[in-house]
Amino acid sequence: MAAEKELVKLLDFWASPFGQRCRIALAEKGVEYESKEENLSEKSQLLLKYNPIHKKIPVLLHAGRPVCESLIIIQYIDEVWPGNAAILPSDPYARAQARFWADYVDKKVYDSGFRLWKLNGEEEQREAKKEFIQIMKILEEELGDKKYFGGETFGLVDIALVPFTSLFYSYEVYSGLNVERECPKIAEWGKRCMERESVAKTLQDPVKICEFAGIFMKKIRAAD
Amino acid sequence: MESPKQNPHDDNSSSSSSSSSSSLKLFGFWASSYTHRVQLALKLKNLPFDYIEEDLADKSPALLLNNPIYKKVPVLLAGGSPIPESLIILHFLDDRFPESTPPLLPAAPRDRALARFWAHFADDRLGPAVAAVFASDGDAQRAAVGRFRDELRLVETELREGAFAGRRFFSGGDRIGFLDIILGCGSYWLAVFEEVAGVKLFEAGEFPRFNAWLRDFEEQEEVKAIIPPFDRLLGYARGLRQVLLGGGGGGGGGNSGEGENVGGVLADE
Repeated sequence: MAAEKELVKLLDFWASPFGQRCRIALAEKGVEYESKEENLSEKSQLLLKYNPIHKKIPVLLHAGRPVCESLIIIQYIDEVWPGNAAILPSDPYARAQARFWADYVDKKVYDSGFRLWKLNGEEEQREAKKEFIQIMKILEEELGDKKYFGGETFGLVDIALVPFTSLFYSYEVYSGLNVERECPKIAEWGKRCMERESVAKTLQDPVKICEFAGIFMKKIRAAD
Repeated sequence: MESPKQNPHDDNSSSSSSSSSSSLKLFGFWASSYTHRVQLALKLKNLPFDYIEEDLADKSPALLLNNPIYKKVPVLLAGGSPIPESLIILHFLDDRFPESTPPLLPAAPRDRALARFWAHFADDRLGPAVAAVFASDGDAQRAAVGRFRDELRLVETELREGAFAGRRFFSGGDRIGFLDIILGCGSYWLAVFEEVAGVKLFEAGEFPRFNAWLRDFEEQEEVKAIIPPFDRLLGYARGLRQVLLGGGGGGGGGNSGEGENVGGVLADE
């Protein structure tokens, strides 16, 4: 069977921004897939079999073979289904820039946001907020006046970052940080992305995410 | 202003200062395995470039201008446009020079995903594990050695019976490729660290496939031309270990971008 027609399955977790990246990419390409919700406190045999190194979601199974790590999965999707909705541009330098900024999001955003959930003292919170704002401002500068990070085309960097927009509300509840006020262009970009069906159908309700953050942080604290 | 210097280990660099769209310029540091990755890729593809040696304690304005986010080497300038991060540079070289051989990344999407996955493993897990051995001593070092061996065992398993079973090189062919470059440019530090840190990372006969691959890698002409001589690396590592254990500044390392793997025990590159 041609590669692109083989069965696609995504091992995922509903609240994971990394899983959502994959869903958005699959939706943009119009690829049908099955989804399996993982219980992260009790990982399935399937997950442990297909991602033994990291034991993390998301994992994409294509014709029974696994692809791990969300940005790697997105590039894989782009390469296997190249026809429509190119996720990476064709110009070599533009591709390098897209990879650079997607990698920057990966290196910075989740960890910095996590500290906003976690840190309690006034000084620590202030530092965490400052760091997060700095990261968002750097991204905002890269976005500039473009419609998307990819220019006119919704692409890799947009997909990498947009799931985090539904975490902004939780960051505000936990730390008082208002992303829209600090980085209005990022907030506007987020709204533009939400006009895309792939994004609107994938992102979770920010209030639900905030509730999840509460449960998640309780578990982390109990484990500490 | 930068002053182009000849890299003694690269006989491919030109000193032309043309700004044609294909002219290449590399900011690097002689002992940096991340820099070696790019130099090796350029050599394999027979692409000429200017090389600028950076003093990491006194970075040039040009470097800071071209990598404002991470301020690290390596940075490639292609026709004046900057590309930082070695993994991204290697992808760029394939994209920008499709007619140059060999292609660094494999052709099939599944193999590309695998190469990228293990490149991340090298940078995020294996590299820091070695760095931890080098930056410690006594009981902490013993524990760090154990953790490093656990990580290396995962690579060995993949070579023995997993995705890379039966392969001479990770590329799957008879020429080294992307993952060989990533894992290889760093693995030559293992012998250096063993000697300088007075630690044995593995016994003879252990991790046979990894060691066979490493010997084969180090025998490649292009690799021999790029990697600095053992005694130079020894001298550098000795100085570094003193700093790391003696409690001076300069150890540790940034927590962003490159600079945290084996050759990047060299903290801030």
